[in-house]
Amino acid sequence: MTKLTELTITAALLGLKTKQFSAAELVADHSAAIIASRSLNAFITETLDSAAERAKISDQKYAAGTAGVLEGIPLGYKDLFCTKGVLTTAASHILDGFKPPYDSTVTARLDAAGSVMMGKLNLDEFAMGSSNETSFYNAVTNPWRRRSDPNTPLVPGGSSGGSASAVTAEMVMGATGTDTGGSIRQPAAFCGLVGFKPSYGRCSRWGVVAFASSLDQAGPMTRSVADAALMFEVMAGFDPLDSTSANLPVPDTRAAVASTDLKGVKIGVPKEYRIDGTNPEIIAMWEEGVRWAKAAGAKILEVTLPHTKYALPTYYVIAPAEASANLARYDGVRYGLRVPAASLDEQYEATRAAGFGAEVKRRILIGTYVLSAGYYDAYYRKAQQVRNLITRDFTEAFTKVDLLLTPTAPSSAFAIGDKTMDAVTMYLNDVFTVPASLAGLPAISIPAKLDSAGLPLGLQLIGRAFDDAMVIRGAAVLEKSAGFTHRPHSIAG
Amino acid sequence: MSLNQDDVKKVARLARIKLPAEAIPAMITELNGIIKFVEQLQEVDTKGVEPMVRVVTMPLPMRDDRVDYPNLQREVLSNAQEADIAGNRGRYFVVPKVVE
Repeated sequence: MTKLTELTITAALLGLKTKQFSAAELVADHSAAIIASRSLNAFITETLDSAAERAKISDQKYAAGTAGVLEGIPLGYKDLFCTKGVLTTAASHILDGFKPPYDSTVTARLDAAGSVMMGKLNLDEFAMGSSNETSFYNAVTNPWRRRSDPNTPLVPGGSSGGSASAVTAEMVMGATGTDTGGSIRQPAAFCGLVGFKPSYGRCSRWGVVAFASSLDQAGPMTRSVADAALMFEVMAGFDPLDSTSANLPVPDTRAAVASTDLKGVKIGVPKEYRIDGTNPEIIAMWEEGVRWAKAAGAKILEVTLPHTKYALPTYYVIAPAEASANLARYDGVRYGLRVPAASLDEQYEATRAAGFGAEVKRRILIGTYVLSAGYYDAYYRKAQQVRNLITRDFTEAFTKVDLLLTPTAPSSAFAIGDKTMDAVTMYLNDVFTVPASLAGLPAISIPAKLDSAGLPLGLQLIGRAFDDAMVIRGAAVLEKSAGFTHRPHSIAG
Repeated sequence: MSLNQDDVKKVARLARIKLPAEAIPAMITELNGIIKFVEQLQEVDTKGVEPMVRVVTMPLPMRDDRVDYPNLQREVLSNAQEADIAGNRGRYFVVPKVVE
């Protein structure tokens, strides 16, 4: 018999509705899985007791016929989402002990739809990283291992590494992530999951600890495209509390999820993503994706995005600049860590020195530098101009095609503690994901195949702004073509 | 362009992050690695290009100037390391003396 923890959200909802099992059983099995997989360090805070209580309410709601669309489904929240009365850390020492007096809009919507929070998931500190190694609460382990080297623990990607690890290890059925330059899509690729970054403005940023506000976007991480669409429809929607929230109806994705072909859809392959020195296995996976799209009836066109090369340097000016402003709020006065000192200024300096980790400090200092007098025009303003050119490239490409198909990441998961990863090398992980973030476009990663080491590789689809339904349609069809059913040995047994 | 010791000390001071003297040489190297990487942007011709300041083209929404929440002073103060939550002297965050 299939274990309850193996089910997709879609299958579990059917099982709950038809009384094959109860929400209490579903949640209890996931609690047991969380306890059994603690060595992965996916969670910062577990909320298993409140989850068990919440599951009882879900069962009552099923009995009463008042169940929500995600009633009884065990989820995890990246620990960047504020949760009322539950420790929220952003994986930073500087938020020690912070219990928000309110919920983020996104998690409040998931709660209202009946889902059950199992706990708060580990991440790179303030979502700054691509490997989950910058967390104050230590690295997260990827459930996948190299076939030939099963003793070396690998990173789950980042920054939503705890989310990716927990969904892969079947500790939760889905998780929230946030994506600033690839933080949903790259860990989804490293862990063989679906990771969806909706259009900027779809999911409210209210109550999500801010990193770079013009880029941050919440989204789902799941084991199927249908599950991602289901969570997306709950998470998205206009919120007056976020001034950049899009006042547009949330698309109905059911038709997109049910699509079996891509007839009439034009898919662009951006030639600039064929970067010299890219791993041939990544290129081969990409070419296979193109063949799947073609076989499904899509028309394939080569397109050009001439400023692609400048996306990463643009991102590494804009994101740190915004971060340096956003993280100015951590002053040791109102919440979190305080290192007492004789004067207020010394207290700020001592608190922030002790509270922020190395990567966060680097980014705050770079951000402060590019915004400082004498350098603002040369770096920050220049990056904003190039960002405009990058966005125009996409706008131009989308006059010819409906979707873009690319790899998600330039490699499969690498080893924890890989010493060849200096800051700039680590940044290159996001080479394929950052451009869509800069332009605010919806993008998804789906698992395509395993590489020769036995590790998952992801394909990315990018769509027009607010054409999230088309992205989901493309993903649903390519998911069927890929037929990716692999699971890590540690989970499949 | 590259940062020297004085630049790093200056930005650390602006960002209110105390950097011990022994940490400065490594930070100079790391920050210059990043600055060198972003220096590529100077190659791009951006003459006449507007800086992109927002992702979604829409006017910032306005709302009525009214109170939507009850007074949450106690909750707001509850996460501070030091605050006068009981309100004996007026409910406030406590900081080292600022005004002489």
